[in-house]
Amino acid sequence: MAQVSMTVNGAVKSGEVEGRTLLSTFLREGLGMTGTHVGCDTSQCGACAVHVDGKLVKACTMLAMEADGAEVATIEGQANADGSLNTIQQAFQDHHGLQCGFCTPGMVMSAAALLKENPTPSETEIREHLEGNICRCTGYHNIVKAIMAASGQDVTAIAAE
Amino acid sequence: MYAFEFEKPATIADAVAALGGEEAQALGGGQTLIPTLKQRLAQPGTLVSLKGIPEMAGICVADDGALAVGGATTHATVAASTEYPGLAGLASHIGDPAVRNRGTIGGSLANNDPAACYPAAALGSGATIKTNTREIAADDYFQGMFTTALEDGEIITEVRFPVPEVSNYQKFVQPASRFALVGVFVAKYADGVRVAVTGASEDGVFRWSEAEAALSANFAPEAIEGLSVDADGMIGDIHGSKAYRAHLVGVMTKRAVAAAS
Repeated sequence: MAQVSMTVNGAVKSGEVEGRTLLSTFLREGLGMTGTHVGCDTSQCGACAVHVDGKLVKACTMLAMEADGAEVATIEGQANADGSLNTIQQAFQDHHGLQCGFCTPGMVMSAAALLKENPTPSETEIREHLEGNICRCTGYHNIVKAIMAASGQDVTAIAAE
Repeated sequence: MYAFEFEKPATIADAVAALGGEEAQALGGGQTLIPTLKQRLAQPGTLVSLKGIPEMAGICVADDGALAVGGATTHATVAASTEYPGLAGLASHIGDPAVRNRGTIGGSLANNDPAACYPAAALGSGATIKTNTREIAADDYFQGMFTTALEDGEIITEVRFPVPEVSNYQKFVQPASRFALVGVFVAKYADGVRVAVTGASEDGVFRWSEAEAALSANFAPEAIEGLSVDADGMIGDIHGSKAYRAHLVGVMTKRAVAAAS
């Protein structure tokens, strides 16, 4: 066992981990932050997506010890300070960008990473960016629409299919 | 996963020392190795992360004009680079954005997955793989599926790519894995054209010499009209038969030549 320490959503968190402890396991079981979901646990689905030092990564495919000393952002830190939904989260609600909600934390974290690099992405760019995030409910259409809306773009042209 | 110790050395020398330990294994970005460990297909005693070594990360142009990419450089960093557009284009379509933020060029080349993209770029560019002990020409480096010239404990510290006049990589994506069902890298240099094929062969990445000769004489898609690779020795599985892959090699080569810039 070894001690790791990282800044999670602005607060310093530390705990004991094994070499094999995944970042997703540390967040969920070590820190009790279960918003980061583990879907496939094989790096395919993206439900576990978080930001490490500002970069989108899959927390199920990174060791907790690799994140020692890093800045980690998870879905728990996305809402506004008063607890209201942030722009991306609100857009997901407004545009029905989720059904069961299991993939949503990863979708929101992925969307946040995209909009940071590309504030007004095209529909194609959004779909390409979401290649590593799998949703089995929505057919992606309203997720793409929500992200376009969150970027301040007009989504009336995107039909509700 | 079986239990293992974790180390993150800050220098190449310390990494080499750590890899000399019992059952030690190098960890690049972990995008293949961590899933492999989860399936208990490997049982290292110690994982030695190569991500904490500043001299192994980043990209620069060498004195001879070649592009030098540190072994621990992520796909995302290569994708964002501008010096070698064919290489950046290839890197920008590996896996997905989250994978590209972790995976490294050294990790990909050390693993030498038969359907990985980077081996095609390295072989197609006639790159030099630099390790902690020596320099290996790409033509000598790839030795079959998941097999390379690397010795135990040897680390890829840098990959040096001669930058071609024009180049392009075309990947026919296996839609579930996003690996190449067939991927072809074409690079045109002053002294000839190189064509490297990944995803297709049971022997891993290979050069299509016939196409290289034809394209060196006439760099146009129609130059390889009538040429074909032997379906014997191609990978055949539920995603595509041997004959289908052999056919795709020609198609993707033509597309790469047409798109080369």
